[in-house]
Amino acid sequence: MTKFMISTLSVLMGLIVGGLILKISNISPLEAYQVMWEGAFSQPNYIAYIIIRSTPLILTGLSVAFAFRTGLFNIGTEGQFIIGALAATYFGYTLDFSPWIQIPLVMMLATMISALYGGLSGFLKARFGVHEVLSTIMLNWIALYISNYAVFVPGFRRPDMETTEFIKDSASITLFPEWKVSDAGLEWLSRHEFWQSFLRPPVNAGIFIALIAVVVVWIILNKTTFGYKLKAVGFSPMASEYAGINTKMKVTQSMMIAGALSGLAGATHVMGVSKNIAVLAAHEGYGFDGIAVALIGSNNPFGVLFSGFFLGALKYSGQKIQSTLEAPSEVIGIMIGAIIFFISIPMIFNFVTKTWRKNP
Amino acid sequence: MLAIELKNLTKSFGTCVSYRDLNFSINEGEVHAILGENGAGKSTLMKTIYGEHRPDAGGEIYLRGKKITIESSAHAISLGIGMVHQHFRLVRPFTILQNIILGIEPRNFLGMIDYKTARKNIEALLRTYNFELDLDQKIENVSVGTQQRVEIIKTLYRNAEIIILDEPTAVLTPQEIIDFYRIVKNLRAQGKTILIITHKLHEIKEIADRCTIIRKGEYIETVDVRVTSEEELAAKMVGRKVDLKVSKAKAEGASAVVFSIDNLNVINSKNYPVISNFTLNLRKGEITGLAGIDGNGQSELVQALTGLRKVKSGKITINDRDITNLSPKEVYENKLGCIPEDRQRVGLVLDFKIKENIVLQRIDERPFSNYGFIINRELTRFSNELIARFDIRPPDCEAYASSLSGGNQQKVILAREIVHNPDVLIAFQPTRGLDVGAIEYVHHELLKLRDAGKAVLLISYELDEVINLSDRIGVIHKGSLWADLSSEQIKNNPRLKEDIGLYMVGGKPS
Amino acid sequence: MSTTLLFLFSTTLMYSTPLIFTALGGVLSEKSGVINIGLEGMMTFGAFVASWAAITTGNPWLGFLAGGIAGLLLSSLHAIASIELKANQVVSGMAINFLGAGLAIFFCRIFFEGASMTPPLDLDKKIPLLFNQYETVYLAFIAAALIWFIFNKTTLGLRLIASGEHPKAAGAAGIKVSIYRYFGVLSSGFLAGLGGASLSIAIVSNFRPTLISGQGFIALAAMIFGKWNPVGTLFACLFFGFSQALVVYIGGFPELQISSQLLATLPYILTLIVLVGFMGRTTAPSALGQ
Repeated sequence: MTKFMISTLSVLMGLIVGGLILKISNISPLEAYQVMWEGAFSQPNYIAYIIIRSTPLILTGLSVAFAFRTGLFNIGTEGQFIIGALAATYFGYTLDFSPWIQIPLVMMLATMISALYGGLSGFLKARFGVHEVLSTIMLNWIALYISNYAVFVPGFRRPDMETTEFIKDSASITLFPEWKVSDAGLEWLSRHEFWQSFLRPPVNAGIFIALIAVVVVWIILNKTTFGYKLKAVGFSPMASEYAGINTKMKVTQSMMIAGALSGLAGATHVMGVSKNIAVLAAHEGYGFDGIAVALIGSNNPFGVLFSGFFLGALKYSGQKIQSTLEAPSEVIGIMIGAIIFFISIPMIFNFVTKTWRKNP
Repeated sequence: MLAIELKNLTKSFGTCVSYRDLNFSINEGEVHAILGENGAGKSTLMKTIYGEHRPDAGGEIYLRGKKITIESSAHAISLGIGMVHQHFRLVRPFTILQNIILGIEPRNFLGMIDYKTARKNIEALLRTYNFELDLDQKIENVSVGTQQRVEIIKTLYRNAEIIILDEPTAVLTPQEIIDFYRIVKNLRAQGKTILIITHKLHEIKEIADRCTIIRKGEYIETVDVRVTSEEELAAKMVGRKVDLKVSKAKAEGASAVVFSIDNLNVINSKNYPVISNFTLNLRKGEITGLAGIDGNGQSELVQALTGLRKVKSGKITINDRDITNLSPKEVYENKLGCIPEDRQRVGLVLDFKIKENIVLQRIDERPFSNYGFIINRELTRFSNELIARFDIRPPDCEAYASSLSGGNQQKVILAREIVHNPDVLIAFQPTRGLDVGAIEYVHHELLKLRDAGKAVLLISYELDEVINLSDRIGVIHKGSLWADLSSEQIKNNPRLKEDIGLYMVGGKPS
Repeated sequence: MSTTLLFLFSTTLMYSTPLIFTALGGVLSEKSGVINIGLEGMMTFGAFVASWAAITTGNPWLGFLAGGIAGLLLSSLHAIASIELKANQVVSGMAINFLGAGLAIFFCRIFFEGASMTPPLDLDKKIPLLFNQYETVYLAFIAAALIWFIFNKTTLGLRLIASGEHPKAAGAAGIKVSIYRYFGVLSSGFLAGLGGASLSIAIVSNFRPTLISGQGFIALAAMIFGKWNPVGTLFACLFFGFSQALVVYIGGFPELQISSQLLATLPYILTLIVLVGFMGRTTAPSALGQ
């Protein structure tokens, strides 16, 4: 049974569980799924929204998957995302260069800072034996409150708002923001119905960054000695140490890269979509959803790409059943939980295929 | 009277047959040995009798003439069958008392454990069988021999009449083995039926009345031990004539020291000395054996020698180069190879392919990688070469290490270490858990290395292995080199084994 | 001075209670050999169900019990997956976290006309006070004492610990390991549910999505800090409760000019410091996760 099949069957089971939950709440599952399907794919701008939504999920999913391959469970994506977003906002607001410098510079700074933040968990594990699940959880909350603190710092805060100032336009990665509203742009768009709809949402270059990240992570894991050693540490820390690999260093490096990927997610989100950050009452879930993305994508970079889009679509279309059917969109959370639950027990499917083979 | 009779007993796991069509019986009150190689199916058979496996349909087990179906180990216990597993089933943080009563604890009306009654009952048992045990010691603090006695008392506390012992002497010292023989004879005298799984021939000669031989899951024969020689037993077990002695031509006279351990001191994580003032020199073209009981500092010594553990004081040199406290990588580059004790957790990355395992230490070297990128076709070429040279099966460099048999896993490690052309090879328990063929292969390779002028340090808990292979023998006890026997001392001592056994427990032969 | 101490003392007890219930649950589950990182989800679901049941029945104790049962039901999924189906226990626990939060808010919206939080409980429908403390506080301490008694004096405890340390040894001694693991996991769900309930119908008066906010994970940290031992875990929870109380106390002095946001990081930073200082020697059950 391949991992791909397990994920696919788990997704199917998740949809069934979601349907059952809707059914017992007196909501027609078929109707709900139809609303979701149409809400996801019936218009070009829906697809654009899904891409926007999927971008951070793919990156945080990669972050979790990458750490997993070194045997580390990075639950800290949420906090690393927040730190990345905060840093991107800060530098995007305070620095002022031409876009060609500003964009990569802001992105790099945000990524580096979140890499350090993620690496801290790796360091605590390598140096003091603190389990990364616990340290990352704590760091998630610390990140949240630091971010909230920063939002209120005078000079950074937008006067009388619970948000920060906006980043400079030169740090924006939204595609064609000016052209879209220029006369020429409007004229062209009016003649091209698909693009008119597709470009209505804040479509941004983040998805290209995510795609590049997928390929880079795949190359690191499969083609480089660095990835080879990270995987060796993940599979067998004792054998790695015996073979002369500095396992503590690798644990720290792996968490740094994981932190960088989550931070990149936060940065692209700020630079492409939100343009600033606001006070958070609770975690937004980009990081936790990244865990789901990684698990459904069986920790494979390209699997993560697919599952990122899938979860993005699920989350986006889930809102539609709330507005159309007054069905709670949290059914999506239940579905995700059910999918992960089934992924945790591959034995179920092995059992099913075995009995299937016995009595076809 | 027959204690146990087996008829047409077969057990398979999926398509893999563990043993098939076994028909034999065990007499009441005898010591009956089950002899077979690793993987012959003898442990699975015993677990079947103990209710841990169900036999395939069609097989029958009779207990004192009555046909029974053993549902579980709890059921086996209630039928008077007890088992001492090779890997003891003891809860380490529990006391001996708690371990003995676990599962059948006497309790008062509140459901609280009645330790007083338990202690009284066990002490009575200890007197009957003439055992010494401190019931309040925790398992993690007592010797392996004591742990075995706890296991035996556990079965007696459960009123076992038939006691199965799985490889009972594998982990015992020669003195503990003598104690163990006494216990077994005592149990038989009290009317117990004893089943011993083993592949040690002299052990069978020593204590067994009859012996059943199983080969590749098939019943071969049940013989009367008194009239069967060790050679005959060995031939029946392996299915061909085997040479019980390793034929080693004597190494040439004394040669240069290549590896020296000088006054080594190592402490563990709790600041407790585990290696103290350890001095040993290894010479070219010699196998130096290091005998000793498990847990006397062997693991820490190997870790210190290979750079995995910091040395507190002392000096380790190879070819006059100081390698003390160098990193594992640097030690390796100084031509020290190591076959680690635990091949599955330390020697190999089980989830890696053969070709990935074979370059574990060398992935950064050319031609295996270039500027940090792995050159896959070089891994394939290199590993195919070694697969052919060391006859690794299956001959597929894409096979995962986890899918290999124990012997082939060890071959991968041997290939990897030998091809790096080390000046010194540390072989730590190199044949643990391997079958006879694989053991012969490993011994042969070690001798070949020696004959090629390399120094080999063989560390083993199997005294026979050390004696058979070594040109010199050291004995480690409580982290110190307790004895250092030259080849002359080895050759001319008829009581060598007994002497080494004494050294191993910290004694001196008179 | 004495009012300060009294305030810190009683606030510590209040904030510790949900942690004590939940962390003790963690101890039961992990001592039996099953990793449980799903405590957070069980707490969340328990908190919601308790609030709903208290509102529906008008009886806080029925609500409290319902919270425990809700946690137990959710943990039964984790138990079946881990014990029968050889699931990856970390992944399964993570699934429970998604499920717990999802189910709680989903049914909140279904039962309360689309609202993601329950309406506030009337004061007389909340858990009553005894000596100025919610009665659940005393129950938490009783639970700790009970579990200590079970572990040290009874066959149940001996067998449960044996199941987590060396399941093969337990099995060889004729013990049905799975029964004790079910007991461990299900009672962990029950206790985590009570922990959630002690928040939603005692400390505050309603359920809302941000109510639990990582307390299930802090309970997990307390269990590790307490070395998987009921008494040690109790003290670890009191320590975390105390750090929360400090936050509240220091927050009462606006003239100190300490940002409330920065202050809020204190419990988490303290937890990290504690983990750094006290890890190292692991005392986890040997067969945890196997």
